[in-house]
Amino acid sequence: MNRRGALAVALWLLFLGSASLIVLRAHYLADLSAFLPAHPTAAQQLLVDQLREGPASRLILGAVEGGDAATRAQLTRAFAARLRASDQFLAVDDGEPVTAERDREFLFTHRYTLSRDVDAERFSTAGLRKAIAATLDELATPAGALFAPLLTRDPTGEMLGILDTLENTPGPRRDAGVWTSADTRRSLLVVQTQAAGSDTDAQEHAIEFMRQTFAALQALGPDSTARLRLSGPGVFAVQARSRIQDAAVRLSAASTSLIVILLLLVYRSVPAVLLGLMPVLTGALAGIATVALGFGTVHGITLGFGITLIGESVDYSIYFFVQSRTGQSAAEEPGAVHTAAVRTGAGLARAQRWRRQVWPTVRLGVLTSICGFASLLASRFPGLAQLGAYSISGLVAAALVTRFVLPEIVPAQLVVRDLAPIGERLGRALARVRHPRALLLAVGMLAVAVLVVHRDSLWNRELSALSPVPAADLAFDALLRRDLGTADVRDLVVVGGPDLESVLRDAERVGVSLDRLVESGQLGGYDSPANYLPSRSTQERRRASLPDPATLQLRLRAATQGLAIGGDRLGPFVAAVTAARADAPLSGADLRGTSLATGFEALILHRGSTWNALLPLHALPGAEDRPLDTAALRAALATSAVPAATVLDLKQESDALYAGYLSEAIRLSAAGFAAIVVLLCLVLRSARRVLRVLVPLILAVLCVAAALALAGRQLTILHLIGMLLVVAVGSNYALFFALPDGGARPVTIAALALANVATVIGFGLLAFSGVPVLEALGCTVAPGALLALLFSAMGSAARTHA
Amino acid sequence: MRVLMTLLAVFASASIARAEDAALGQLLQAFAQRTHAHSDYVEQQFLKVLNRPIESRGELRYDAPDRLEKQTIEPRAETLIAAGAVLTLQRGSHRHVLQLADYPQIAPLIEGIRATLAGDRATLERLFHVDIDGNVEHWTLELVPRDPVTLQSVARIRIEGHGEELSRVEIGQTNGDRSLMTLRPSTAP
Repeated sequence: MNRRGALAVALWLLFLGSASLIVLRAHYLADLSAFLPAHPTAAQQLLVDQLREGPASRLILGAVEGGDAATRAQLTRAFAARLRASDQFLAVDDGEPVTAERDREFLFTHRYTLSRDVDAERFSTAGLRKAIAATLDELATPAGALFAPLLTRDPTGEMLGILDTLENTPGPRRDAGVWTSADTRRSLLVVQTQAAGSDTDAQEHAIEFMRQTFAALQALGPDSTARLRLSGPGVFAVQARSRIQDAAVRLSAASTSLIVILLLLVYRSVPAVLLGLMPVLTGALAGIATVALGFGTVHGITLGFGITLIGESVDYSIYFFVQSRTGQSAAEEPGAVHTAAVRTGAGLARAQRWRRQVWPTVRLGVLTSICGFASLLASRFPGLAQLGAYSISGLVAAALVTRFVLPEIVPAQLVVRDLAPIGERLGRALARVRHPRALLLAVGMLAVAVLVVHRDSLWNRELSALSPVPAADLAFDALLRRDLGTADVRDLVVVGGPDLESVLRDAERVGVSLDRLVESGQLGGYDSPANYLPSRSTQERRRASLPDPATLQLRLRAATQGLAIGGDRLGPFVAAVTAARADAPLSGADLRGTSLATGFEALILHRGSTWNALLPLHALPGAEDRPLDTAALRAALATSAVPAATVLDLKQESDALYAGYLSEAIRLSAAGFAAIVVLLCLVLRSARRVLRVLVPLILAVLCVAAALALAGRQLTILHLIGMLLVVAVGSNYALFFALPDGGARPVTIAALALANVATVIGFGLLAFSGVPVLEALGCTVAPGALLALLFSAMGSAARTHA
Repeated sequence: MRVLMTLLAVFASASIARAEDAALGQLLQAFAQRTHAHSDYVEQQFLKVLNRPIESRGELRYDAPDRLEKQTIEPRAETLIAAGAVLTLQRGSHRHVLQLADYPQIAPLIEGIRATLAGDRATLERLFHVDIDGNVEHWTLELVPRDPVTLQSVARIRIEGHGEELSRVEIGQTNGDRSLMTLRPSTAP
């Protein structure tokens, strides 16, 4: 080892040490934020906040299945009671009327603060008469009859008015006091965690607590067939994290061992195999360390992607070992002088020869891959940008180790098996393929035809395409939500402001505009946090409009002249109004213990010094599937003079987000491909040779896309990334086959075939990871890489024939 | 002799009970045959706190097996629909969907009328002590809730009718308030 060699090895060891340190101390994330923009617009930020911290993100839906209905109901009640006793949950609802009584009492006690009808006008003699007459009319209706017992305390009908403004959802059916699914096979409950949905550790803790609590209860009971199933964003996040971690660990172990076995079979040398893994290890460490340094956090999906690098970076060492064999050099370079006595000299010589003959091609392959991935760095989405950074740094590190370190640390006497015979056999098999050029043309045209036929359904355009959650789990979640009647809200009005009071005041103003739309039949209804907690100023205004007892009594006497109820019967009303005048203002804390608190908190988002009030909008009955008339909404909002109010269509917003993401990825991939073409043109300086490299790769990508379309798989961004990888990996093969001296030397074919098997193993395993995004990557790259090699070889064979 | 008298009395009451039983069965069977009913009603409510009854008018519809609709027209429009276990209230632009079971004050009233119109004897006898009087031409059903919680608000329901038509439904509250609904077959389709 000379001084330069020693320096290379020392630098490498130093790098391994520091990269390991960074990797160990890096912060890892496993939520959907990898796919959310790094610099969102205000609307996107709200969407992201909703997804990460919003009340919807804290929901855990539970279902108790199995056993008989009575056991399920009893188990569910006991389970809910234990969860309520824990401080990990803000709310636990299984349909039992635990808070119904408290809700009613709260609303009734504070009816003069909460009712939107309370103003000075209503408590004038004329106003009182009108309100009391209306309440008497109400008594004649079925709903009004429910309030007959309250008549003397609430003759102006404030309670009924409050109930009309509060959101009213049907709720699921109930059996034995607890919520039951429509098919009556499971009892249901909804839990809201204290921790935000993005706090995966806390979510995991809460979920674990729920499972243990349920198991403990079940152990007490006679029936052990009932089981608990959980769903919801937090559950998904926890599952996705463990699935990705599991996939990363399990698959990297599996693909490493498979590749090790393969290399052992081929090399017949343990040291060669161990040394061959050095570029892989270095590449993986470099990739993670680069992402950790460049982005602050590492997304779980990046780690999952990282194992694919095993398949590619091991190629470099395969080229090194297979193509720098001593035997081969003796046979093919008769001019080389070396004797058995100068063994180290022989080792050095063959390494030098490899550097001279093979390295330029490998280097060009690495550069091609870098060009492909560099475009991803420009992505606005951290997930994509991390993939780019990871791949580039990983491949560069692996290639550099192969080039500068491996030759220094490989023992001189290390000789791997001669693979030339295998290569020759493969070469002969290839030569038997008749009319390879026509065959390639036919395959290409077929693939294009399939793609043209499927052109409209080729891409999946929904954000859910990126979800790491398996389709079966999503379907179960949708089933529970349908049973619970908690369908997703689609349209919202959002009001922003610096504090709670200001957003509540603006929400009240927006509410006035929305009321007009409801009255004119343009809107089914809406919900507002101000319905649960009016702003301070509104509360004060309402209290100030309540007359003193003497005045009220006087007005009542006049107001009830000729009505079915006499003023003298309304003593309880006067007492209630008098008490309300002295009430302290209501705050969010007063709502605690009632279900109104959950309703209120669901509609208020607080982040730093920004407050947002959400006003979910409901379509007219029967028109739920049609989008709302947002133009009419915006016009109505313009009249409310609340500049900070915006209409947000969540579905449209999230689909737009993904559409932007997809089109950006397509643009970036195209740019990457263009960069590869430019690079090849510059280096190869021959259009013919550039075509020789590119045509097999393009054909491979087209064939994979066509096969996926035929299999009914819609393409997502991950498929696109996979295609980019096919080009990056395949370019190595294509470059060797496109060498001017007819690169199809047996030993090269053998090396490429071996490298290809390793790549197919690495990516092929991803197809079984159970993580949809990784599966997409696996089932694109594994067949794509195989085809890239095959097509390159066929192209080369065609030229030899010619 | 006294023994004989007692025995006779027992037999007599037993046969009366059997006759009642048969009449109830006959009546409910007749109702079970019908899948649709439609009446106009006038309802008066007598509340102790009021110095005169309040009156309302509307229509009552029934569709087998379990849909009952009470549409108030005057003094203000409101529709109540009981379908299965779900109660829907339409008040102007507001629509409330409730679980019948959550409203023990009105659930027995709806269940009582609905089970009668459906000819559903099992439900009727599960919820009420049922008494029948009169004959098929002119009968009176007296329903007294079995559930003690319900009894705290509803004392009894009296349903009168001619043949398969209801003519009066009177609901007596435990607190002494009562309502009286007079029905007439609707002329509308």
